[in-house]
Amino acid sequence: MELAVFVAGAIVCLLGAVGVITSENPVHSALSLVGTLIGVAVLFIAQDAEFLAAVQVIVYAGAIVVLFLFVIMLIGVDRSEDVQVEPLSAQRAAAAVLGLVLAVGLVTIVSLGSVTGTPGTADVADVAASNTEAIGRVLFTEHLLAFEITSVLLVIAVVGAVALARYRDAAFVDAEHPGDEIPEPVVEAETAEVSQ
Amino acid sequence: MLTQVTPVDTPAVEYSALLPVLLMLGGAVLLMTLGALLPRRRHTWWHATFTVFTALASAAAWWPLWFRARDDGALRVVADAYRVDGLTVLLGMVICAGVILTALLAHGYLRRERLEGPEPYVLLLLSAAGGQFMLGANDLLVLFIALEILSIAVYVLAGIHVRRARSGEAAFKYLILGALASAVLLYGIALVYGATGTTNLTGIQAFLSSNLLTNNLLLLAGVAMILGGLGFKVAAAPFHAWAPDVYEGSPSPVVAYMASGVKVAGFAALVRVFVVALSTYRTDWQPVVYVVAVLTLLVGSILSVQQTNVKRLLAYSSISHAGFMLVGIQAATSEGVQALAFYLATYTFTVAGSFGVATIVGRRGDNAHQLSDYQGLGKRAPLVAFAFLVFLLAQAGVPFTSGFLAKFYVLGAAVDARSFWLALVAMLSSVISAYAYLKVVLAMYGEDPDDDATGVTVPVGARIALVVSVAATLGFGLVPAPLTDTAHTAVASMVDPAPEQPAMAFPTGG
Repeated sequence: MELAVFVAGAIVCLLGAVGVITSENPVHSALSLVGTLIGVAVLFIAQDAEFLAAVQVIVYAGAIVVLFLFVIMLIGVDRSEDVQVEPLSAQRAAAAVLGLVLAVGLVTIVSLGSVTGTPGTADVADVAASNTEAIGRVLFTEHLLAFEITSVLLVIAVVGAVALARYRDAAFVDAEHPGDEIPEPVVEAETAEVSQ
Repeated sequence: MLTQVTPVDTPAVEYSALLPVLLMLGGAVLLMTLGALLPRRRHTWWHATFTVFTALASAAAWWPLWFRARDDGALRVVADAYRVDGLTVLLGMVICAGVILTALLAHGYLRRERLEGPEPYVLLLLSAAGGQFMLGANDLLVLFIALEILSIAVYVLAGIHVRRARSGEAAFKYLILGALASAVLLYGIALVYGATGTTNLTGIQAFLSSNLLTNNLLLLAGVAMILGGLGFKVAAAPFHAWAPDVYEGSPSPVVAYMASGVKVAGFAALVRVFVVALSTYRTDWQPVVYVVAVLTLLVGSILSVQQTNVKRLLAYSSISHAGFMLVGIQAATSEGVQALAFYLATYTFTVAGSFGVATIVGRRGDNAHQLSDYQGLGKRAPLVAFAFLVFLLAQAGVPFTSGFLAKFYVLGAAVDARSFWLALVAMLSSVISAYAYLKVVLAMYGEDPDDDATGVTVPVGARIALVVSVAATLGFGLVPAPLTDTAHTAVASMVDPAPEQPAMAFPTGG
């Protein structure tokens, strides 16, 4: 039974992932992503991690993909992109072969290898305790530092978005003649305010 | 319901040991807030000044920790997830130096390119905080998240020149490939967790030294993937392909940080995972690192020879330097780690200075990086050319510069560890890349400038950065003893004094 659930979840995951990179329309890519995320949620349930599965569906499949779709619609890239460009000849074939080698190697290793580590104590200690409680305990004890510094990533996301979204007032400096020398502009008054 | 709640026994957080990193984070958040509140003016000094002083404060906060780590052994904080020992302190200060040099270079650059604003400095400080978390990470999860903090901020910085298409291209390439490398690293961490049952590096070391695994396939696959993920960050071959494109396209001051701060954090992580935690599996990973080091040395030096773009040339040269640093890892001895620490500390100044010169010569638009743009620089701007000469000679490993001693110590450690062929390949690659550096020197001094070539303007910040870098490059080359002693003490303090902990198994000599 567990194997059947795993296989079903894995197939959904992989099909979604393939769909993300092969769809010519970004909207289709975003929708394929939902398949991958739901598949991961199924795998979480197969591992008795109900809390993670719920979070996966609510946050990722729900909120984040909707946000993706919003952005795709807002900046107007909801049209087909040409994904057939191949800057290096035969790079797709090479990537496919190398990817296959890596996949076969990993599958072999994981099926021949065995889990030698002792299981974590978080869920063993109290079988009756809920999944959510166990995760909460681990986050605030063993992995407190990792949990706390994750917040820095959120700050970077905000600052990074602001940094990349501003300064668009002037023309590209290398769009027309890459490598050409750019003429020195007229020096502006020292106190000139930056136009917001 | 409330009666059923049992309190969670949260670990104690020793803030004094985390102070240097918290200062970086606090400085970044304060700068962000002030930057939003104060009116935005052109040509303002305080963003860069604030960043420099934040980094200085962080370096000053490392200082008392040095004595605590030296006298009382490593401090383990927040449930043993972070470790402050001599190596953390020394490399933490090196990252501060990298931030200071980058901020000084960035000021003139952002002004010239009309990109002024607090955001680049905020991202720089946040990235440096991530790097400092990574230096002391004693848990693979902390290491991974710190690496993400370090990298994601740098992805944005690579694309900060939004009006330059190549900057965006560099950011995109770095982001996609970096995300793949992170995924590989994370999968490796998962496999190692499966094999050892813990993500704590001290726990992994203890588990591996007290258990003989009958089936170590998971562990070996995990270790290989961790090597791949970290190898990407330090631009080791065959995970180096991103470096030339990203270095060429990214804003030059950002490249100075990529080649100094990011490399320092990446190598510190390699030391913690491979040399310390996996010390019992040394015979398994040493041959792999051997091959990676040889590839990195040869790819970096051979491909640097035919470059005509100075930033690409420096990118390949930095790959070759990563090879030298890997030689120190491959030795897996305390001498190797000491040599690596010396190498990282001195290379930070040399490479930041080199990309500082590239920043200045690059002109508005950051595009003048061809060898022909350096033609006659010795006459157009004698001081800048002299500084670049010093940096190039140091990278080539000429005596009386820090680069010579750095290579000398690494090779000494390799010979002590009986890796004679590796040392030979390293010396050979040094000779090959010397040819590439000479091409730049010849362009600067051997050719007359074009008639219409103008002098270069050196902003005040860049001037300070170049003077500091030249002083450090020559100073550590002439008087290396303080830094070598520091590196020695730093590595000595990495060994746990507590008897119940297995001591770090460094072999002595051959």
